[in-house]
Amino acid sequence: MMTTNASTIGIAYSEEVEHPDTVAIQTFGFWIYLMSDLILFATLFATFAVLGGNYAGGPTGKELFDLPYLLGETLFLLFSSVAYGLVMLAMHDGKKNCVLIGLAVVFLLGFGFVSMEINEFHGMIAAGHGPDRSAFLSSFFTLVGTHGIHVTFGLIWMAVVIWQVAVKGLTTPVQSRLMRLSMFWHFLDIIWIGIFSIVYLTGVV
Amino acid sequence: MSQAFIDSTGASKGNLKSYLTGFVLSLILTAIPFALVMSGTLSHSATLAGIFSAGIVQILAHLHYFLHLDTSSAARWNVLALMFTLVIMALFVGGTIWIMYNLYYRMM
Repeated sequence: MMTTNASTIGIAYSEEVEHPDTVAIQTFGFWIYLMSDLILFATLFATFAVLGGNYAGGPTGKELFDLPYLLGETLFLLFSSVAYGLVMLAMHDGKKNCVLIGLAVVFLLGFGFVSMEINEFHGMIAAGHGPDRSAFLSSFFTLVGTHGIHVTFGLIWMAVVIWQVAVKGLTTPVQSRLMRLSMFWHFLDIIWIGIFSIVYLTGVV
Repeated sequence: MSQAFIDSTGASKGNLKSYLTGFVLSLILTAIPFALVMSGTLSHSATLAGIFSAGIVQILAHLHYFLHLDTSSAARWNVLALMFTLVIMALFVGGTIWIMYNLYYRMM
């Protein structure tokens, strides 16, 4: 009886791994995760919408935000998003070296974005405009910082996938991971559109 | 060995043309709100309207050209999940703003 069960489970397991829709299921599951992440960001945007005008005598967005600098950050993220699209095309053609070079470019552009953001935060905190200064700055740092942490984890994930492509090649599981990371990366660029429109540009107008 | 399955998923059927179209659209839709705010030629409310409409159109462009959402059957469940999430988001954001501003008004 036990033996029968064990072998049945064994067959079921191997069938699950070989299932033709495995990648589609993984992709859709990751999409559901992204939707839950969207709700997380929605709550942070709602918090910012409520607290964003409470300056407590501290600096306003107009005094803090540097628009040309922000445009640079925005373009870094946009270029890296498009570059990742081209990586996906190279992946479909099975061009391993193109995928590796493309991912390195995406990584550097994303790293440029995170570096600019850390530099911006550091300048603000050093000038005494940290998250403890006012409700506006608390909600600002929480919202923009949560996005920055997402991008940072995306970079860590990307470093792991670059290593996997280099060592394992473009196998089915590696392609599936590349695809999910691409969804994550495009998703973060979409959140950034909301941040620069609602937090930065609206704050400067 | 691993090429066949990939075409069956909705999130991965991009081509060079769709990425470049999305890229050019995004550049234009980023440039418009930045130019509006930096030049400051329009009135306050007109600038805000410009920022929000450019932002919404750019988000739709990203969803379509980068994440490949459309009305095809492959993307149907992704679109359905997104629609449901948008309803929840509207409840969260709209409800929060409504309640908090109402409270603020009554405590004045």
